[in-house]
Amino acid sequence: MRSDRVAISFTLNDRPVEAEVAVRTSLVDFVRDTQGLTGSHVGCEHGVCGACQMRVNGVIVRGCLMLAVQADGGEVVTIEGLTGSGECADLQRNFVARNAMQCGFCTPGMIFTAVELLAENPCPSRPVIRDALSGNFCRCTGYQSIVDAIEATASERA
Amino acid sequence: MKAPDGLIGASRPRSKARRLVAGQGSYTDDIVLPGMLHVTFVRSALAHGRILSIDADEARTMPGVVGLFDGKDIAAVCKPFQVHHAALPHYRNAQQPILAIDEVFWQGMPIVAVVATSRAAAEDAADTIFVDIDELPVVSDPLAALTDSAPPRIATEESNLALDMRIVHGDVDAAFADAFAVVEHEFDFGRQAGVSLECRAIIADYRSGQDTLDVIQSHQVPHMMRELFADHLGIDAIRVHVRCPDVGGAFGIKLHAYPDEMATCAISKILGRPVKFIADRMEAFASDAQAREARVRARLGVDAEGKIVAIDAGSLFGLGAVSSYPRGSVGEGLQAMQMMGAPYTLPAVRSTLQCAYQNKPPTGTYRGVGQPIAAAVTEQLMDKAARAIGMDPAELRRRNYLPASGARHATPTGLQVGDLSLEACLDRLMERMDYARLRAEQAELRAKHIYRGIGLCTFVELTAVGSGLYGGNQVSIAAGEGCSLRLEASGQVSCETSASEQGQGTGAGIAQIVAHTIGIELDSIMVKSGSTDGTTYGGGAWASRGIAIGGEAALIAARDLRRNILTIAGSLLQADPGTLDIRDGMVTDASGPRLPLSEIGTIGHFRQYQLPLDPVPELTVTRHYVPRTYPYIAANGIHAAHVEVDVGTGLIRIIGYHVVEDCGRIINPLLVDEQIRGGTIQGIGAALYEHCRYDEEGQLLNGSLADYAVPMAGEMPDIDIGHIETPAAETELGAKGAGEAGTVGAIGAIWTAVNDALAPLGAEVTRQPFTPDRIIEAILAARGDQTGD
Repeated sequence: MRSDRVAISFTLNDRPVEAEVAVRTSLVDFVRDTQGLTGSHVGCEHGVCGACQMRVNGVIVRGCLMLAVQADGGEVVTIEGLTGSGECADLQRNFVARNAMQCGFCTPGMIFTAVELLAENPCPSRPVIRDALSGNFCRCTGYQSIVDAIEATASERA
Repeated sequence: MKAPDGLIGASRPRSKARRLVAGQGSYTDDIVLPGMLHVTFVRSALAHGRILSIDADEARTMPGVVGLFDGKDIAAVCKPFQVHHAALPHYRNAQQPILAIDEVFWQGMPIVAVVATSRAAAEDAADTIFVDIDELPVVSDPLAALTDSAPPRIATEESNLALDMRIVHGDVDAAFADAFAVVEHEFDFGRQAGVSLECRAIIADYRSGQDTLDVIQSHQVPHMMRELFADHLGIDAIRVHVRCPDVGGAFGIKLHAYPDEMATCAISKILGRPVKFIADRMEAFASDAQAREARVRARLGVDAEGKIVAIDAGSLFGLGAVSSYPRGSVGEGLQAMQMMGAPYTLPAVRSTLQCAYQNKPPTGTYRGVGQPIAAAVTEQLMDKAARAIGMDPAELRRRNYLPASGARHATPTGLQVGDLSLEACLDRLMERMDYARLRAEQAELRAKHIYRGIGLCTFVELTAVGSGLYGGNQVSIAAGEGCSLRLEASGQVSCETSASEQGQGTGAGIAQIVAHTIGIELDSIMVKSGSTDGTTYGGGAWASRGIAIGGEAALIAARDLRRNILTIAGSLLQADPGTLDIRDGMVTDASGPRLPLSEIGTIGHFRQYQLPLDPVPELTVTRHYVPRTYPYIAANGIHAAHVEVDVGTGLIRIIGYHVVEDCGRIINPLLVDEQIRGGTIQGIGAALYEHCRYDEEGQLLNGSLADYAVPMAGEMPDIDIGHIETPAAETELGAKGAGEAGTVGAIGAIWTAVNDALAPLGAEVTRQPFTPDRIIEAILAARGDQTGD
């Protein structure tokens, strides 16, 4: 093995993954380029837009600011895994019903933020929802429909 | 709002949304072709200079590098860009090389293309390339660019003046001399970027065997790009195919031909392998089409009753070093010039335009294209006039609005307007926002030194822009749109529309129109768009025309397919087709459902010979719609922003925001309202946060999302939206465009709101974005004036 490559293994969307990666490979590039999981998107590569979000060891991270090698031994869930598990099917249903996306590029990241928010705060007010979403850039919707969809989900779950 | 008539007017969710929410989008960077290479570009770090040498020896030897290409390599296989508008012979344009040859003229201009087996390997190699550039004088400011002593932004070009035009009607100077009050204002709008979340992206796949080029591109107008790729690379258009998959936002930025994207295709042709280029975020800031670098000085005169006597506006636009290709960069300036005062009766108007070149990236057609500027200028002057004569600003507007009238007529600036609903929109807005109460509250709070502002921005906007614009300029851009429908053996309908989408949901609207017209369920139709391999030639997406023009083509196609279906049904049922109907996918007659459409489809595809019809009516129908009698359809609306300005910190809080808009017949209110919301937030972003900051040397100071502030959820308001529906007289569908209505009005609403808040302090802002420091500066300047310091 070349010295600038490291062997890693972790659980990705509930299945084991083993790979040799260049140390500088970001986690989002790893899942997109080597695992065929293109649902996580790259919007800025400097941790601002949130399009690359995924869940690592139970916590949402920016996939562009994390190296794949840092996921070694851990559990990674991308939007594909989140969808497959059905964990937020109601949230996704409300996103569709409310048209809480237009181009869809920010959507997987938004979904992760919403999932984490509702786990921590099952009954968030609109200002709290807006504050929680302030790390996810959306250029298309202007955010209101996303807030509505999250609020509707919280309300249904209550 | 009208009740839905079946699917037309129904707020149905998009089926495509179910795919996007699951992370199943397919954007250009998600697509991988076998043997695909990656290209990155070494770009000019300087805004103006002469290329002395390029040292790429180390790069050639680095791992994964397959090839390096400079401007001459690309020029050998690809024609340069040359903007030419036949109808504007005075519009000066320089040639733009695909990759720089000899001279660079904006920071970010691509110079060398590095191709490797991965983007990382290409960038590693690019980092070792040294381009020796001898600095040439930079001209950054548009006003400076037009002085006699200004250095040329391109050494071989004599003048930095792109265009100088004016519209004059009546005697403006005499009108001002006799006016009861004349107000004036200066406006600096500041360069902005579109900032689509998905950056520009392209994959070019050339195969020498059949001389074919297949392109996958994040873009708005595949047909235009196909013509250009064919023309510039010398490949027959019949062998060029362009497909736009899911596109992560475009907003007019992805309407242009970019040199780095064209270079990618040229490289694929040279290497005979697929090549992918994805702009990263810094490249997006440095090289995407920018917009709105405009300075306007304007005056408005009114008589004692508040009737406008004249408007005089002088606009200066900065275009960048060259015009965007092929549509040019003067569209913004021309629309701004022509639309000053658009909602109002204007006895006299003078509107001048100068467009200047400068050492900055080319500007283009960002959502609204000059109309936000015209609306902001007009409405700010109206507010100042109202204050000058002690009249309520809403009342002043009402007194001057163009009357609602059916017949289309030309305004003094040459706009063709028909049925506008300016007063009706104002009435509805006043009600929705409880204007009187907000004004009363504003007055009470002012007494307590709390400064709230109410800003109104009436707008007229040009939608469904069609035949007039480019045909006369001899630019190869389709005037109309097409729709191709096929009844499948299953009884469902496949639809292909030339109207493309990048989030708007045009396809969903088309589906509703077709399903409604034929008589099928919404989930029985599948709409595709964005590919030149379909049978319909069309414009794609621009100037708010997808539903207005594309929808009309879909309506015509659906009606003809329905007629063909009923002719076949009539033959099968031995009945007069005139007695038959289609409902929920069943052919029906007076007695009820008779035949499923699957029967028509199955016989129509597999057993046509059994039908005693010669010829058998087609179950594949393609129809185009081309606007003939009108250049565009004017729509209108009004925005209202309610803000509070903290005079201690300069921070602006948006308390409430309302829009009342008339886009004619609404196909899907859910989608239309969301388009308006998104556009409004973009406009608020422009007014409060967004600015591409360049120094005197043409260096971009804020080329990242950390430094270029875009609106995030925490600081944005909910937006209340109401509609008046005045169907467009020009089409049967009656739909006008709506995609730009949010942006066209929002910038002006914030201008007028902030200046309304500051008015009691004698302060006003003239430079966008209204950052806290600029608010404080304005307040201090007013205090200085008052104390005589």
